[in-house]
Amino acid sequence: MVRNPEDSDVWNILESVLDPEVPAVSIVELGMVRFVERAPGGNLRVGISPTYTGCPATDVIVRSAREALEGAGFAHTEIQTVLSPPWTTDWITEEGRAKLEAYGIAPPVGSSADKRSLFAPSPAVRCPRCKSLHTTRVSNFGSTACKALFQCDDCREPFDYFKCL
Amino acid sequence: MKWATCDLADYALRKADDTLVLGQRLSEWCGHGPVLEQDIALTNVALDLIGQARGYYQMAAAWRADGSTEDDLAYRRDAHLYGNHLLVELPNGHWGDTLARQFFFDAYNFFLLEQLSKSPVPELSALAQKAYKEVSYHAQFSAEWIIRLGDGTDESHTKIQQSVNRLWAYTGELFEDTDLDRKLDGAVPLPSTFRADWLQKMREVFALATLELPDPNAYMQKGGLHGRHTEHLGYILAEMQYLPRAYPDAKW
Repeated sequence: MVRNPEDSDVWNILESVLDPEVPAVSIVELGMVRFVERAPGGNLRVGISPTYTGCPATDVIVRSAREALEGAGFAHTEIQTVLSPPWTTDWITEEGRAKLEAYGIAPPVGSSADKRSLFAPSPAVRCPRCKSLHTTRVSNFGSTACKALFQCDDCREPFDYFKCL
Repeated sequence: MKWATCDLADYALRKADDTLVLGQRLSEWCGHGPVLEQDIALTNVALDLIGQARGYYQMAAAWRADGSTEDDLAYRRDAHLYGNHLLVELPNGHWGDTLARQFFFDAYNFFLLEQLSKSPVPELSALAQKAYKEVSYHAQFSAEWIIRLGDGTDESHTKIQQSVNRLWAYTGELFEDTDLDRKLDGAVPLPSTFRADWLQKMREVFALATLELPDPNAYMQKGGLHGRHTEHLGYILAEMQYLPRAYPDAKW
């Protein structure tokens, strides 16, 4: 991701666009915005990487980004879907991770693992409520494509985990 | 590009049909899973597969350049034009049948995407790289269930072994090299080249599951890639295509 200082106005606008399914973090904090380019005619090009191929929020995100930019006076914006390199949870910013945890979703632990080993033990995920590392994976699939279900063995609360991808 | 776009379009269509038909099948479990977590898991897998299908259909539509859209390709082709493997159109059966079918397909899809990620055709490699990460979660899920059922109670062991034995005849087709694959040599992997990896994964997981691996050289059912399907596909398409065919201009 290249972030030119002269485009900071555009980046600031995109930072106001939230993920509709995780309305605590912006699409910039999630690392979904890959580039911002200004074409000679003043037209804007923005590259957005979807998190999962089937994520139903992707269309809403693209629409929200366009609306936010149009609202700020960028009438001609081309939004390009960037599949390669594929989006990874490694691109979620430190700020984004802190906000996820404050919102009640455990942020991804470590970097997106090499999944060739099918039965690698699940990482120690910290309970976003009581901060215990004593937690158990309930299911690798949760309420949205990007999340897994965990339960804390100390405070007993179930919680979402933003799984590594 | 040294490959004909009509061949690339046909290839993308086969992959699209596989993922759409299986995604549709898995969606039938929505609201019927044995427990909430597993219901959610299968619908998540279905969603990923349908997302992948969209990517392939969009590619196919662009390569055909005949004005057709992703929706036309999914909703306005009859069964004999579908190029999916027979395995993915088979009925869900019970939980073990669904998971055996899923494990066979996930492991195939995993090794296919691993190879396809290296394709010199940028559209194919981009989607494969993306899908590969999703499918590794699918394969982990279905493999865990094979082990859990196989190494579970006497009843679960008997039932999952029966499911495996019954579906086995539909796994040979996954590794059939067709003329289309050969015409696209260099752009896409020949399915036979990753059959050994797939079989190795089967052996590994079946050993953990205390299940018997059926004979890899047994008689195998074929025909799906050439449009010769089981009777089940027509019923899936009838349900899936009903609305866009009855109301062609319907919009959300």
